[in-house]
Amino acid sequence: MMHGTKPDELPALRVENLSHSYGSRQALEAVSFAIAPATFTVLLGLNGAGKSTLFALVTRLYATQQGRIEIFGCEVGRMPGEALRRLGVVFQSRTLDLDLSVMQNMLYHAALHGIGSREARRRAGAALERIGLADRARDKARDLSGGQMRRVEIARALLHRPRLLVLDEPTVGLDIRAREDILAEVRRLVAEEGVCALWATHLVDEIVPTDDVVVLHRGRVLAHGPVPRVVEDSATADIRAAFVKLAQIPTRSTSESP
Amino acid sequence: MSLQQAAAPPAGFTVAQYAICMRGIVWREALRFLHQRERFVAALVRPLVWLFIFAAGFRQVLGISIIPPYDVYVLYEVFITPGLMAMIQLFNGMQSSLSMVYDREMGNMRTLLVSPLPRWYLLASKLFAGTAVSLLQVYAYLAIAWFWDIEPPLIGYLTVLPALIMSGLMLGALGMLISSVIKQLENFAGVMNFVIFPMFFASSALYPLWRVKESSPLLYYVCEFNPFTHAVELIRFALYARVEWVSLAVVAGCTTLFMVGAIVAYDPARGYLARRGEPGGGA
Repeated sequence: MMHGTKPDELPALRVENLSHSYGSRQALEAVSFAIAPATFTVLLGLNGAGKSTLFALVTRLYATQQGRIEIFGCEVGRMPGEALRRLGVVFQSRTLDLDLSVMQNMLYHAALHGIGSREARRRAGAALERIGLADRARDKARDLSGGQMRRVEIARALLHRPRLLVLDEPTVGLDIRAREDILAEVRRLVAEEGVCALWATHLVDEIVPTDDVVVLHRGRVLAHGPVPRVVEDSATADIRAAFVKLAQIPTRSTSESP
Repeated sequence: MSLQQAAAPPAGFTVAQYAICMRGIVWREALRFLHQRERFVAALVRPLVWLFIFAAGFRQVLGISIIPPYDVYVLYEVFITPGLMAMIQLFNGMQSSLSMVYDREMGNMRTLLVSPLPRWYLLASKLFAGTAVSLLQVYAYLAIAWFWDIEPPLIGYLTVLPALIMSGLMLGALGMLISSVIKQLENFAGVMNFVIFPMFFASSALYPLWRVKESSPLLYYVCEFNPFTHAVELIRFALYARVEWVSLAVVAGCTTLFMVGAIVAYDPARGYLARRGEPGGGA
């Protein structure tokens, strides 16, 4: 797979005019962006920017109130099955079943996607091999370190071979080493296997210049595009400065976000 | 081959894929059950305490006359056994509903709900899984009770199975419905007080309803309208290879009602899930 967009290609994820509110609190306001297949896109925003709400909508945990979401052309609201089978998800909270073994967690996920046990075992074995945890397959998930759990969750999310992987703050609570490992693993998936990754974070230092970035602040998209262009458009020196500048545009008041 | 369609999976799911999915959900529930020995022991000890202690003490206080399905005077232990079987399923249903709340907070529920199969199917599979676990518990109880001279006809062990499946589904569906409205994990005490105890005591589990009628006509009607009473009676008759048609209809109707309610509650478009709050489980 090539890096970049061809004109006739369906975007991996297209979000159009998406708004969502919890009661009177507006979490997302007219959010629109599209990301191309086989790219690494960072969804950058402070806590409370609306990243988790966006994830809950993309994964159909919540129904879309307004606007639309398409995964490789399949609209999440109208054809949820087709959309979800093209999507791999790594949630912010830990979602491994701690009482089950690593392999059992993998097989359970495969079953949920209708993958038979022989094929599931083969894929899970290969996936664990790739992340260097094949020897831990029989261990209980609770015996893994935080970083290892994350890597298993990523491997698990790819078992049904989705071409879009969304990760909600996957490095929260991990040490620097584990963070780097996981970032490297996901970037490798993008570069070598043509997976498209949407990586939500509030950490600017997880971004490299070849990434695409969507800057989300208080439920609105403030900028979207390749990192160099976002930096240039904001007339700043680097993405950190660009983010600081962008995030303060709307009201200039101190952030009420936690 | 065009660029995208090369790797695109075929639309829809095969019957085999549906079966694999349900098998996976039941398998996980069974594994969890095996890993939680305390839960199994607790599920067995509870009815046995009632049987060994409560029933022994009450035996002399409460004489039971001959009422269907019994052909002879029966010991009180024999009389309350169907009630205790239903109690096992009641606790199991509430516990699995609670584990759903727990799952939801811990994120396991999300793993389930992002499966591409239809959500109603995922919930129904979950319900079958919980019912299967309750069957294990009930038969383990019956095996122990057999040594306590509770010996229904052998055929009864077989004929009670469909009744147990139905009552298990009904109580599981009720639990699922409750799980969609419970906010926090700590609320098991609330479930005990407001669901389990009233359902259990205002039923025919511990005393025949004609005795209830003698003491309080109002309570009698409450019991009659309690779906748990009908679960108990369905099991009681089935254990003696007989069918109690009214109870069968009530249990079937309530199962449908609770299940539809739970599916609506977990539907992302209409459910309470979305209204309740924000993602991240209160984080």
